[in-house]
Amino acid sequence: MEFKDYYATLGVAASAPQDEIKRAYRRLARKFHPDVSKEPDAEARFKEVAEAHEALIDPERRAAYDLIAQRRAKGEASGPLPAGDPGFEFSGRGAQGDFSSFFDSLFGSGAAGGRGQGSDHHARIDIDLRDTYAGIKRTISLRMPTVDARGLATFQERELEVSIPKGIRSGQHLRLSGQGGKVANGPAGDLYLEIHIREDPVFRLDGRDVYFNLPVAPWEAVLGASVAVTTPAGAMQMNVPPGSPAGRKLRMKGKGLPGKEAGDLYAVLTVVAPPAITDEQKAAYLALAGTFADYHPRAGLETDTND
Amino acid sequence: MIDRHIYPEGLVVEEHVVFRLADLCRASGAQPQQVQGLIDEGILVPSGAQPDDWEFHGNSLARARIAIRLMRDLELNLAGTAIVLDLLAEIELLRSHPQRD
Repeated sequence: MEFKDYYATLGVAASAPQDEIKRAYRRLARKFHPDVSKEPDAEARFKEVAEAHEALIDPERRAAYDLIAQRRAKGEASGPLPAGDPGFEFSGRGAQGDFSSFFDSLFGSGAAGGRGQGSDHHARIDIDLRDTYAGIKRTISLRMPTVDARGLATFQERELEVSIPKGIRSGQHLRLSGQGGKVANGPAGDLYLEIHIREDPVFRLDGRDVYFNLPVAPWEAVLGASVAVTTPAGAMQMNVPPGSPAGRKLRMKGKGLPGKEAGDLYAVLTVVAPPAITDEQKAAYLALAGTFADYHPRAGLETDTND
Repeated sequence: MIDRHIYPEGLVVEEHVVFRLADLCRASGAQPQQVQGLIDEGILVPSGAQPDDWEFHGNSLARARIAIRLMRDLELNLAGTAIVLDLLAEIELLRSHPQRD
């Protein structure tokens, strides 16, 4: 089992007083809390920080942890405290949270007491935008604490194949009745799956509506064009009306996220000018400049001297 | 031994589930008095006058879970939690409309 340096996790010295541990925790918790942080590994970092705080903020736990750390530094056996080690009886203030096996081996895991009904469990599933157009089946692995007939907590590995309905949105939850925690006598709890749609490099979500940038050449924007695009709703032919300014939105009704009230799909026009590399291409731009000598693209930004 | 199981179709909580107080507490891990606090602060808005009649919209699950996580992990009070939730919603809106017009 990997020894965890809780002081290093919080960035404090092993001699730090409790209030310094508290301050370090608060600063890091604000930074990495998965509900507010956009750091890429926020969830994993927050778990480590919360575990270190839970271990060190309680003086009893901290004393036990320091003893293990000292023994380890002296090359003695690490690992859990020997059974019956005097002086370390935890006063029953159960640790809350999903901590590492290192933490559990030191302080015990707070086995949930069965109160007639199994508890509700939560898990998270990441899917792609395309999956929510079509619906998808996913097999998920769950490791659930189960209380057996003798009242002992054990872990049970389970695999569950779940149908994720089409049109589901990021942040919505699926409820699977009776798939949560089980108790010996009483109904099982429910399992809630929080669905998260991964960010797509091309398509952006706004509720049920889906947006993407549609680059067009200047002549397509000015003269109009019919362009072929592949979208999560399938291949389609889009009509760019003549005289379309950059930023114009072309709506494809009902081609957003599917559902009873399907969203819309929007193409947002961006006008892109091709680079001029050959002499012929440069000549074409010069001819364009000559033809549009009176065109002022920067109205409102120009000095008055020319006008 | 790994137990394999096929679960055909779950319910989309935000669209098809209405919670009673006890269900919401069990699903979110909140205590009834915490839910009362979230209601007093306007974070949760049940329909029905009495706690026995309260019905919570499916989106109350996510709101309650985020709220109690923030209160527990960051030691926020109810007013602080309410403003964080409002700001998170605002950020979400700004993110999905990168160029508003």
